[in-house]
Amino acid sequence: MFAFIVLRLAQAAMVMVTVALISFMLFQYVGDPVVFLLGQDATQEQIRELRQALGLDQSFIVQFWHFLVNASQGEFGFSLRQSTKVSVLIAERFPATLELALVAGLLALVLGIPMGVYAALRRGSFLSQVFMMLSLIGVSLPTFLIGILLILVFAVTLGWFPSFGRGDVVTIGWWTSGLLTAKGWHHIVLPAVTLAIFQLTLIMRLVRAEMVEVLRTDYIKFARARGLTTRAVHFGHALKNTLVPVMTITGLQLGGLIAFAIITETVFQWPGMGLLFIQAVTYADIPVMAAYLCLIALIFVMINLIVDLLYFAVDPRLRVDKSGGH
Amino acid sequence: MKTLFHQWWDSDVGYSFRTSPTAIIAALIALVCVVCALFAPWIAPHNPFDLTTLLLDNARLPPSWSEGGNPNFLLGTDEQGRDILSALMYGARISLAVGLASVILSLLVGVCLGLLAGFLGGWVDGLLMRLCDVMLSFPAILVALLIAGVGRALFPNAHESLAFGVLIVSISLTGWVQYARTVRGSTMVERNKEYVQAAHVTGVAPLRIMRKHVLPNVLGPVLVLATIQVATAIITEATLSFLGVGAPPTSPSLGTLIRVGNDYLFSGEWWITIFPGAVLVLIALSVNLLGDWLRDALNPRLR
Repeated sequence: MFAFIVLRLAQAAMVMVTVALISFMLFQYVGDPVVFLLGQDATQEQIRELRQALGLDQSFIVQFWHFLVNASQGEFGFSLRQSTKVSVLIAERFPATLELALVAGLLALVLGIPMGVYAALRRGSFLSQVFMMLSLIGVSLPTFLIGILLILVFAVTLGWFPSFGRGDVVTIGWWTSGLLTAKGWHHIVLPAVTLAIFQLTLIMRLVRAEMVEVLRTDYIKFARARGLTTRAVHFGHALKNTLVPVMTITGLQLGGLIAFAIITETVFQWPGMGLLFIQAVTYADIPVMAAYLCLIALIFVMINLIVDLLYFAVDPRLRVDKSGGH
Repeated sequence: MKTLFHQWWDSDVGYSFRTSPTAIIAALIALVCVVCALFAPWIAPHNPFDLTTLLLDNARLPPSWSEGGNPNFLLGTDEQGRDILSALMYGARISLAVGLASVILSLLVGVCLGLLAGFLGGWVDGLLMRLCDVMLSFPAILVALLIAGVGRALFPNAHESLAFGVLIVSISLTGWVQYARTVRGSTMVERNKEYVQAAHVTGVAPLRIMRKHVLPNVLGPVLVLATIQVATAIITEATLSFLGVGAPPTSPSLGTLIRVGNDYLFSGEWWITIFPGAVLVLIALSVNLLGDWLRDALNPRLR
């Protein structure tokens, strides 16, 4: 168990260093900050002085080390487009994205798991077929199109929900929350549903597939033979074992939610990190791109790590294999 | 040609196609879309890029069946007076071309790397598979966006064809992982079989063994994957274009058309957005259904 954790931590650190190297190379080779700061008609003397001041004349390794030290403190320099510190820009936008992703993730789980269980237990029933049809459509519809359709129906035609922005937010320290005001909730409905639909269909299909598989196993037959109630067999035995792989995938999908938030935020003009990133990509704002990349990588690596450890904690077979199995 | 078709028609796969209504419908829809896209310059009622024929009087006309519609423009017109139906045909052409090109590119890269990893094993395999793990732990759209962004920063005044190059590369660089893993898995199985051993013993060069002996035996699953990836690639392309980093506005793909139309959603001109969206979904859905059918048809356990 200990060796496993150390190995996973080492892998996580490797991924982070690789991503940091990529971001650093972006800084280094894509666009020259000196030309950007001084303009095209600077003298050689000025260029040399600035290069020295910025530390650009030092060796690659030394510069990369400085970059790592700065990055680990959340310091990525200034945005090329908005002459604000990148760390400030991201800190402003982070709460919006996280709230959106959490609400969407919860929505997907709370609806997806029961729908999947139902579709597995009542295979062939009318409602299950409807669920499966919906999930096929959900998989084939690109996220941005779902958003546009929701806007067209619920914002333009029916006028039930607003189609852009976060509504009123409450500031708590550096965190801004839209979840404490009625308007904020009103605004989050459409983006959250848009973001949730793809994950929902995925979770539902996964739960159904796993559950159908588990229901076929011998221990379920044995539990039935022992005379346990159907309810106990389904929810005590089958569902529990279904949820192990579901947990893994869901954990990974949480990272996916933050990435797909880029699209949702663009459609709904949601003032989160994704919108910031898209603007950075469009205007080739390298510092913002690099910072976003590092932050997303960190989130992904942490989620992966937690999921792996949880897997270990939940599935007793893994523990037996490692400690006394051989 | 005819005999080849007959062979296919009489084969197991052909039989399974004939007896599956879903596959037939999906194939018909896909065929219609492909033909429309391929022959767009000849069958489109208007040329949406010929600026001399555009009249601002015709801008934002609704579809011909609704009030104020013009029978000349079956699905209405956009803000510059372009015929939506024609723009759709040309747009589908670009979407399909970019989708197919990126699938072919990622297939080539993925199959080669997967074959190498599975056949050679050792540190080559370790390195490639770690790379795959890292790529897979990030969503494809994020990687594609990043590559597109770097491409933009490297070539700020990119020529149009270069923009398409960056687009295709960014989509395929995220797609190859799937092929590599699939091919690697089956190659590791094939590698230890007797016919490969026999080829080794008779002194056939490793590269030749990979190409002539192993490759044909690992291509089955790749075919299924490639079909489904066409749909994924088309959707990724549309998403990138919708986000404004894909196909340039001068040669709009379906995604670009949706992006443009999105601005007119609030003033009630829904047809500028909805029709390209519907075509996109039709293409993706039919290709996905075909892929599902092919997977089942090629799976010997289900026969």
